Order: sequence, then C-alpha cells, then structure tokens
Amino acid sequence: MSEAAAAHAHDEHHHEGGFVSTYLFSLDHKMIGKQFLLLSLFMMIIGGLLALMVRWQLAYPEQPVPGLAWVPEPYLYDGIIPPETYNMLFTMHATIMIFFVVIPILVGAFGNFLIPLMIGTKDMAFPILNMLSFWIAAFAGGLLISSFFVEGGAAAGGWTAYAPLSAAEVYTGVGLGQDLWIISLVVLGISSMMGSINYITTIINMRAPGMTMFRLPLVVWSLFITAILLLLALPELTAAMAMLLFDRRFGTAFFLPEHGGEPILWQHLFWFFGHPEVYILILPGMGIASEILSVFSRKPIFGYRAMAMAMIAIAFLGWVVWGHHMFQSGMNPTMGMAFMTTTMVIAVPSAIKTFNWLGTLWGGNIHFTTPMLHALAFVSMFVIGGLSGIYMAATPVDIFIHDTYFIVGHIHYVVFGGSIFAIFGGIAYWFPKMYGRMMNETLGKIHFFGTLLFFNITFFPMHIIGIGGHMRRIYNPEQYEFLEPLLHWNEIMTIGSIGLGIFQIVFAVNFFWSMFAGEKATQNPWHANTLEWEAPTPPPHGNFLVTPTVYRGPYEYSVPGEKEDWLPQARPGSGVAAAH
Amino acid sequence: MMARSANTAVAHDLAIEEERLHLRVVEPQDGGPPHPPAAPPVSNTRVAIAMFLVAESMFFAGLVGAYLVFRVGSVVWPPAGLPALPLTVTWINTVFLFFSGVAVVSGLRGIRRGDQRALRRRLLLTAALGAVFVSVQGWEWAGLVHHGLTLSSGPYGGTFYLLIGTHAAHVLGAMGWVLWVTAAAQRGRYSVENHDGVEMCAVYWIYVCALWGLLFGLVYH
Repeated sequence: MSEAAAAHAHDEHHHEGGFVSTYLFSLDHKMIGKQFLLLSLFMMIIGGLLALMVRWQLAYPEQPVPGLAWVPEPYLYDGIIPPETYNMLFTMHATIMIFFVVIPILVGAFGNFLIPLMIGTKDMAFPILNMLSFWIAAFAGGLLISSFFVEGGAAAGGWTAYAPLSAAEVYTGVGLGQDLWIISLVVLGISSMMGSINYITTIINMRAPGMTMFRLPLVVWSLFITAILLLLALPELTAAMAMLLFDRRFGTAFFLPEHGGEPILWQHLFWFFGHPEVYILILPGMGIASEILSVFSRKPIFGYRAMAMAMIAIAFLGWVVWGHHMFQSGMNPTMGMAFMTTTMVIAVPSAIKTFNWLGTLWGGNIHFTTPMLHALAFVSMFVIGGLSGIYMAATPVDIFIHDTYFIVGHIHYVVFGGSIFAIFGGIAYWFPKMYGRMMNETLGKIHFFGTLLFFNITFFPMHIIGIGGHMRRIYNPEQYEFLEPLLHWNEIMTIGSIGLGIFQIVFAVNFFWSMFAGEKATQNPWHANTLEWEAPTPPPHGNFLVTPTVYRGPYEYSVPGEKEDWLPQARPGSGVAAAH
Repeated sequence: MMARSANTAVAHDLAIEEERLHLRVVEPQDGGPPHPPAAPPVSNTRVAIAMFLVAESMFFAGLVGAYLVFRVGSVVWPPAGLPALPLTVTWINTVFLFFSGVAVVSGLRGIRRGDQRALRRRLLLTAALGAVFVSVQGWEWAGLVHHGLTLSSGPYGGTFYLLIGTHAAHVLGAMGWVLWVTAAAQRGRYSVENHDGVEMCAVYWIYVCALWGLLFGLVYH
C-alpha cells in the first residue's frame, strides 16, 4: 500500500467517535481485546472469592465466614456455609475460572489484541463478527452470574456436570440454575466459534508481505492452533449440552439410567471436548512464555520449528486421550491401556517445549523484568503440573489418587501455575502497547514474589493430602477419621489462599494506576523484534502507518555482527543478516 | 545497488525466491514502497464458511456419536412397542430436498452467466422445496407422535427427535438465508463478478442437503 493510500485508510478510520462506538461497540480489535481483558479480570475476582469460601469451609468447617453474616438464607446461615451452597461454590468457581477467565483472557484478550498487530495487518478479517463475539460472551457471563439469584441457586453438580447429578433436579436440588449454566455455556460456544473463525481466517489470509507461516511469532502459532481446537471442540460440547438440557426440560433420557439412558455417555462426550479444552487453556500460555523468554534472554528461541511442531503434536494427541479422565468409570482394560499410552506420549512434545525453553535461557543475557519472572514461573510451575500429570496417566496410580486432592493440585499447577502466570507475564509485557504506559516494576515484583510464594503454599500441600486420601469436593473433612492427621494442612492451604488473594490486590492497584499514571511507554520499550512494536504506542485504529514488510523470523536477538542485540522483523536486511 | 557484493546479491535473490514460494511479494529492489500483498488464493469468506462447516460437522458428530452409542448398544432397534420410521414418505421427501439442491446450483450457475431472473427464480424454488421438506417432516412427526413415539420414549424417541429436529432447524435457518439472498438479488446486489453471497449460501444449502443424506441413511435404515 502506498503511503498516501495508507494515510487515507487511516483517516477513514478516524471519522468515528463518541463513547459508544469507541468503548462499547468498537470494531477495533485492540479495544475488543481490552474489553475481553477487563471482563475476565472482573470475573476473576468473583471466581477467586468463591475459591476463598471453599477454602474457608475446608479449614474451618461449619464456622461462620468472617464478614459474610449479612448473606441471606438459604445461601449462608449466619455466615455458615451449608452443603448445598458448598457444592455451588466449587462448581461455579471452576466454571468461571475456566470458561470466563482463562479462555477469554488468553484467546479473547491476547488473541484479539496480538494477532493483527503481530502478523502486520489493520484488523481482523471480520470486525463486526469480532465485536459480536465479545458481546455474546459478555451476555453468557451475565447469564452465568444471574444463575446465583434464581430459585434453588446456581449449578452444583461440579464443573464437569456429570450425569445423572446434572440431568435431573432431584439430585442437587438445583433447577433453573443448572439450565442457565447449560445455556450460558452454549451461548459462550457461539461466541467462541465466531472468534475462532475470525482468528483462523485472519492468520491464513492477512499476514503482511514476507510473513510466512514459519516467520510467525510462536504466540501467534499457539493462538492459531488454539482457535482450531476451539472450533472443533466446543460444537461437540454444545451437542452434549443440548442433550443434557433436553433431559432436564423435555423428558428425554439420554443420560438417565432409569429410562434407558447412559450416564457414561455424558462423560465420553464431555471429556472428548474436555481434554482438548485443557490444551486450549495451556497452549496460548506456552506461546506467551516463548515470546517473553526469548526477548529477555536476548537470544533466539531454541528450536523454533520444533516448538511449532510440538504444539501441533500436542493439539493432535489431545483428541485421543480423553479416556484418561474415566479410568475409574469402568472401562475395557485394553482401552484403558490405549488411553494410558497416548497420554504418556503427550509428555514427549511437552518435554520438547520445556527443554527448548531451557535451551533459550542457556547462556542468555537474562533480564529479570516482571514479565520475565512470570515466564520463568510459568516454566517451573508447568513442569511440576506436567510431572504430576504423568503419575495420573498411569492407570495403577490413578486408581489410587482418582478424585483426591492430588488431581486438584495438578490442575491448579497447570492452570494457575501455568496459564495464570503466563497471563500476568503477558499483561506486564504487552501493557505498554495496550495502554501506552509501563506497569510499575516494583509493584509488579512485589505481586510476583507474593503470588509465587502463596501459590505454592496453597497448592503444593494438595499433593500431600491427596496421596493421604483426602477426597476432592467433600463438604466437611472433619467427618472422616482417617483424614484427621491431614487437617492441619487444610488450615495452612487456606492461609496461603488468603495471602494469594491479598497479593492480587497489588496487581489490581498496579494495573489501574499504571493505566492512568504509569510512566509513558516508548514505541519499543523491550527492544523486541515482533511487528506489534513497529506500530505507534498505543497503536491507532488501523494499527500501522505503513503496512510492514517482513524480512526475517521473529527471534533474531544478539545476531553476530549487528550493532544492536535485536533485529526487528520489519527492518530491511543488512548485509550480515542477508548472508546469514 | 551496483555496489552490492555478489555474495549478498545471491542471498537476496534466494530470499526473493523464498518469498515467491510463499505466494508473497517482497519489497522491490529499488527500495521503494512495498507492493501490497498478493490476493490470497482462497478469499476470506470462503475460508470462513469452510471453518463454519467444520464446526457444524463437529456439532452433528457429537449428536450422531451419541445416537450410535444407543443404536449399537441395543439388541432390538426400534425397541418393542415403538413404531418404525416411515420409509416411503421420507424417500419422497428426500427427493424434494435433492431437487432443492439442484435448484440452488442452477441459480448459482445463472448468476455466473449474469442471468438475474434465473437466480431469483431458482432461489425461490430452493426455498419452496425446503418448505415442502420441512412440512412433510412435520406431518410425519404428527403421525409418529400419534403412534406413541415421543421425546420421552427412551433413547429411540429422544435421539430421533433431537437429531432430525436439529437438522430441520438447520433447514429452516438455511431457508431464511436463501430468502435473504433472494431479497438482495431483487435489489440487484449480485453480478457476474461479485456473487460471493450467493456462493456461500449455496454451499451451506448443499451442506444441509448432504447432511440429510447421511442422517437419512443412519437413522431411518
């Protein structure tokens, strides 16, 4: 595009204005990304508070929750959590954190904000679809929150909604709340399909000149693969949800055994979606960590192609492992063996990624900035979560630890230790491009070290009590004699979780304070190579003043013979780089 | 440019060759502004509709998978006391849907020749045949309910109504799309050069017809 044409296109974009079109129904991918970010951070507060209540009940069963005496019956009784409410708390905590925090931040916020900027284009392929996808997701979130306030309360059958618990009102006493839960996730599925179609089309068709697939930054690769997984996995969940809703409201009996239904079928349908879902939660985190580790080691990512291929391998293998969630549901031992094998094979691409991250750090000129600290925590916590996963993949071990706190520890090391640390790192890293200001480093480091410490105090003991036989989802651990020696751990974990919550306030303060009063950011504060740093800070509607041309891969750091230790993708080639 | 060493010139030519392989245009050698990227081989709308159909297929794969679990797991299908599904009427109905697919293709060919009248008439015929299909199915359902097959007749009734009903809903949605495109055609929206909207709609209609072929074979036989 000539500069005149670019300037013209730029002008066109600036004719809009007004609060509604700029902040509410914006078609700009960057604003939509920020909308997803704020919505998800808000949902994270709700999900976090629910988790704290779960932790309170486990450490101090049937004692009033401090400060909650005002909550009316039947939710709480003078601040005491009844069993029905307890079921609601852990169900909604997981649903909110998985579907309305981690996916919308990783895919909705980072996907929207980064994809057009990093591939060097003006916007998504279908901006209106993009705007709709946010508002539909927000509507789904509203539906889910509203389910707390209907007769019978919110869903209480676990986030996996195992039938028949979820398929008939008699089991949990939850009526409309469970229906709203189902409808909310179906609506979210529509939003997610729109987003995925947009991302895939944009990445396939709208890359800047010279941006070949193997010059894409790894975070774009990860978002591309995640979009494909979402596109394939969520419709299948929608089908299962439709059947569940029919069971509840229209008299069918797909999952109700007393009328010829198959409760195990629900588990198959759910986990056929649910396991790719696990990789949806972690792949973008891997992408974000790859960007940050390379930039702050001032070294090329180790094994770029292997990194991309490993993500593709994980995405493929993710479809043939769902049975490992069902070893205890009753399964032909041959099938169990097959699922055990495929699950263990996933450790190979995961290990490729881990060793490549370590290879990237090896001999690097490491800068311990806030984003880098979070990325390092991502790698180390993900390794703990990944290794505990190998234990569970082995059927003989899984039979022992199934449905114990070992599983809860594992999922939190992967999703909090992995995804959430990547999210904090990603926010700190791209904040300057999002809001034009730097986040405060001191507050960032206080938040990081506090979170890392209290995260481990909260979640590591879960492995110990899990091996000790502490079941998940139990209301009152004091009712079991054999758990008595483990009860002090529950108190330690709860104190840890309160500390974890308090340190998130530091993040919130840093986030909002920096948004308005942080130090002004330059165009490329981290001296990074990728295209988003070629755009002005913050990028205008339409992103680039001139469409960038890409000359090389995204990780050319510390190239021998170059004056600087970075070599942006869009800088026309010098003699040294061309010969290289 | 002349002063460039032979070594870098070769490297630069190699870089250009690599760009060509990836169907992209590199910045011209005189250092002027870069060319716009070559038009992608498959347009955005086509990629999008392909992705949408993939998602739809996964949705039906879930329902069909559940149906097969029940059907393969049953000794007697249909279960004793429940009516078998009417084959003759449904075969005739399938022919209607088949010809609706022929009609939509014919309409698409019409606009490719620039024949606006053929486009509008064939699209209307498509929607009409779709309406006949759904009506016959509704009549068939009324008969089945009369004979005691309802949603609560165990997995046999449940899977039948859910699977076939979901397909019927897709036919209705596709009819809405066809009528919307017909209205746009009435306003002269499409031409020989630009008829992406017709093409997308026709692809979706044919997808829904083909899906029926699969479901008819699986559920009614």
